[in-house]
Amino acid sequence: MMETVKQIQESLAKRETKPSEWVAKALQQIDAHDGQIGAFLTVDREQALAAAKRLDETETEQVERSGPQPLFGIPYALKDNICTEGLRTTAASRILENYIPPYSATVLHRLEGAGGVLVGKTNMDEFAMGSSTETSAFQVTHNPHRVGHVPGGSSGGSAAAVAANMVPFALGSDTGGSIRQPAAFCGVVGVKPTYGRVSRYGLIAFASSLDQIGPFTQTVEDAAIVLNAICGFDPLDSTSTQRKAERFDEDLAAGVRGLRVGVLRHAVDGGVDAGVAAAFQKAMEVLKDAGAELVEMDLPHLDYAVATYYLLAPAEASSNLARYDGVRYGRRVEAATLLDMYEKSRSEGFGREVKRRIMIGTYALSSGYYDAYYLRAQKMRTLIRQDFTEAFATCDVIASPTVPTPAFAIGEKVDNPLQMYLNDIFTIPANLAGLPSISVPCGAVDGLPVGLQLVGQAFAEKTLLRVAYAYEQMRGFERSLGSEEVGQ
Amino acid sequence: MNYETVIGLEVHVELKTKTKIFCGCRNASGAEPNTHVCPVCLGHPGTLPVLNEEAVDLALRAALALHCHINQDNKFDRKNYFYPDLPKGYQISQYDRPIGEHGYVTIEVGGVEKRIGITRLHLEEDAGKSTHSIDGTHTLVDYNRTGVPLVEIVSEPDIRSPEEARLYLEALRSILLYCRVSDCKMEEGSLRCDANISLRPLGSETFGNKAELKNMNSFRNVERGLEHEVVRQTAVLSSGGTVVQETRRFDEATQTTLSMRSKEEAHDYRYFADPDLVRVHIDDVWMESARAQIPELPQAKMARYRRDYELSAYDAGVLTAEVEVARYFEELIAGGVPAKTASNWVMGDLLAYLNSTHRTMDQSPVSPAQLAALIGEIESNRISLKQGREVFRLMAESGKSAAAIIEERGMVQLSDESALGSILDEVLANNPKSVEDYLGGKEKALAALVGQTMKATKGQANPGIVNKLLLEKLAGKKG
Ligand SMILES: [Zn+2]
Repeated sequence: MMETVKQIQESLAKRETKPSEWVAKALQQIDAHDGQIGAFLTVDREQALAAAKRLDETETEQVERSGPQPLFGIPYALKDNICTEGLRTTAASRILENYIPPYSATVLHRLEGAGGVLVGKTNMDEFAMGSSTETSAFQVTHNPHRVGHVPGGSSGGSAAAVAANMVPFALGSDTGGSIRQPAAFCGVVGVKPTYGRVSRYGLIAFASSLDQIGPFTQTVEDAAIVLNAICGFDPLDSTSTQRKAERFDEDLAAGVRGLRVGVLRHAVDGGVDAGVAAAFQKAMEVLKDAGAELVEMDLPHLDYAVATYYLLAPAEASSNLARYDGVRYGRRVEAATLLDMYEKSRSEGFGREVKRRIMIGTYALSSGYYDAYYLRAQKMRTLIRQDFTEAFATCDVIASPTVPTPAFAIGEKVDNPLQMYLNDIFTIPANLAGLPSISVPCGAVDGLPVGLQLVGQAFAEKTLLRVAYAYEQMRGFERSLGSEEVGQ
Repeated sequence: MNYETVIGLEVHVELKTKTKIFCGCRNASGAEPNTHVCPVCLGHPGTLPVLNEEAVDLALRAALALHCHINQDNKFDRKNYFYPDLPKGYQISQYDRPIGEHGYVTIEVGGVEKRIGITRLHLEEDAGKSTHSIDGTHTLVDYNRTGVPLVEIVSEPDIRSPEEARLYLEALRSILLYCRVSDCKMEEGSLRCDANISLRPLGSETFGNKAELKNMNSFRNVERGLEHEVVRQTAVLSSGGTVVQETRRFDEATQTTLSMRSKEEAHDYRYFADPDLVRVHIDDVWMESARAQIPELPQAKMARYRRDYELSAYDAGVLTAEVEVARYFEELIAGGVPAKTASNWVMGDLLAYLNSTHRTMDQSPVSPAQLAALIGEIESNRISLKQGREVFRLMAESGKSAAAIIEERGMVQLSDESALGSILDEVLANNPKSVEDYLGGKEKALAALVGQTMKATKGQANPGIVNKLLLEKLAGKKG
């Protein structure tokens, strides 16, 4: 078992333990279990130990100088699409197999400033395109709750690393559910903050208008603590919000009495697995018992969300991925002509799913098709935003299962992209509308975790966390589901 | 059949900002290759653009100076295409909402004013510079220029001759220089021009097939390239042929244009709004402060010089062609120099000296205040004009003041009539032939006598007084 961020904070504050002990523990867990799970692409052992040792030695001095650092001495992992200066960053793609960034992402600076210790980079779907981490060019990641099942994706490595107790927290990125879906599959907490809350500077872009970095943690309280550290304005990201930083862990225990929880009518439709629907309904009863008012509601354009997303995200991706041309960095296949070099470098460098999306996106933006696809999708995005605005007139948060099914078996959906895409039906709308959303474990189906998703109004993360925390306290089970799990 | 020439120009101008448009790198040309670069302008994974507002400010100023309608809500779009000097695989530009539209530039053709319409002026980032090896095996790319802010200025097809094209470019360049938005050096690439040219039967309203002309590195070459196209297209049409719609390159060696590609590649740039940038609103306060940065423009200035200083069109044109020249001229006037005198000095000795030493006006070694002081010495008859021109040369070479040089060289003008009188007597005695000629009716002989007097006084004699005394003395002899 890995202690929570909160528990490690308290232990370090009381000087019962030292940072290097926690980093060593994380590395031991990785050594013991990652052979089976495959969560990490890179483990930065020496750097992590050296950083922890420095923290051991300078702790007193540091506290005297600038007060306690919120993540002092706490080990963590980053999804491998977050740039780390001097440390290989691949986005799980052959085209960036040996890419060493010359700079670091803003979130890395923030976590370093908060005293955190990076232990490694986690596996993901190539360029974050996928829902199972199976499109990684390098390795398969297994669900710690059942080896042979997917951890979800695209941030599957980060979710599995927290679920298998290798790190107390990890960061991922969420474009259409890539944090919340793997959090649900792996039985951990995952948060996609409001678009603009966390700087995207240094996050390898998939779809710039949808991407957002967020945490995986064991508890809602830990998620709030990590959000405190990573949120805030960044002059290097024009889309980052100028809003003042907030203390997300402040009102966690304020309860849900008087809050209206919108229950999405679609949530228990035919498309949702019966076990998932049952777990969700039980969660709604827990919230009702805790004092929340349940309101039935609808998002009239929900049925179009998946189609809208699978036009807009590939369109942006087709442009974002144009820079991988073999000219300045990354994989280059030498050829006689420039065009040949482009074609060979890109055909060898990108995997099937990435190529599929580049083609869809290129098509959607092409003259003659732009109006029918890209422009219509943009209009639908506006309608979906309006759906939320109207919905929030009657409720404070919107609840649904995070995913219609529990984790599926590795290889089960890999040849059926459409079925894979439909997995994202509940998570995509929050990205299209730029809203904050959380997935919190709400039970299991045959030993596989199920997630409860809550979506809040823009910048209302605190309300979201408050509801999730209340549920977590009242749900009547621990995160750990049983001895079958890897990493206990 | 007679044909009418139809020309439209696309001009790219680099803006003179301190830093690049989307990153903090310096915007400076001439540095070692790939020294003004960073992860952002090299298009590294995960980097993001942040707009430099100075670029918007300069583009806005240029658009206002060109009488454009301003779109106050600005967005940026991605123009997608692959090329090694384009690091992101797309260029950030403005597609359907340029910052400026529907402007114009006024030119004077054969004494008649003519407006050339400006379709649009938009802001975008420059690409890098590719250098291809001679054997064709490799290409080197310098990314220093990547991300330098540009404005693209597209004219209406209002231009009717190669000469009008040059006049338009000169007027445009002059306005942009006056506004300090760019240094507009075509040889260095900070101003680049492509031309579209077609012919049509005189009186026809429809456009003929056009050729797009590239690779012209001076205004003169733009004019020559277009002249060649007029001849070439006329020949094609006169012999019953059709002009191929294509891109052609001006070849400096042969002074002709050559086809670049036989088949026009169909580019689909897949423009869409860049999701990494937010909209930029230019509010009324910003508009007004940009407007306040626009000085009196060359055409208005020229009209004023002609009206207030009674200068000829030619003189006013030379004095206003470059803003530094006009500024120098105006500073002389502010220093009390009469307009005609100031104009003569600037257009004469000053510009001649600068040209001969390959300097521009802002590098002038003699400041307007120093020159005004020199002119004062001449006006007050302390030295002669001839001495003054010598003093000017010495000032330019040494950097010393007029007073110091006059002092050093003992250059005092002889104005004393009695002293001059005896020198003149001597000159008359030594030049009996000239005296005789003059008395015989050859008035030109007077100049020879003045010259001899100046020589005898080492140029220090006041020529006005010399003239007067000579006439008196010669009149006496006549009697
Ligand atoms: Zn740069």
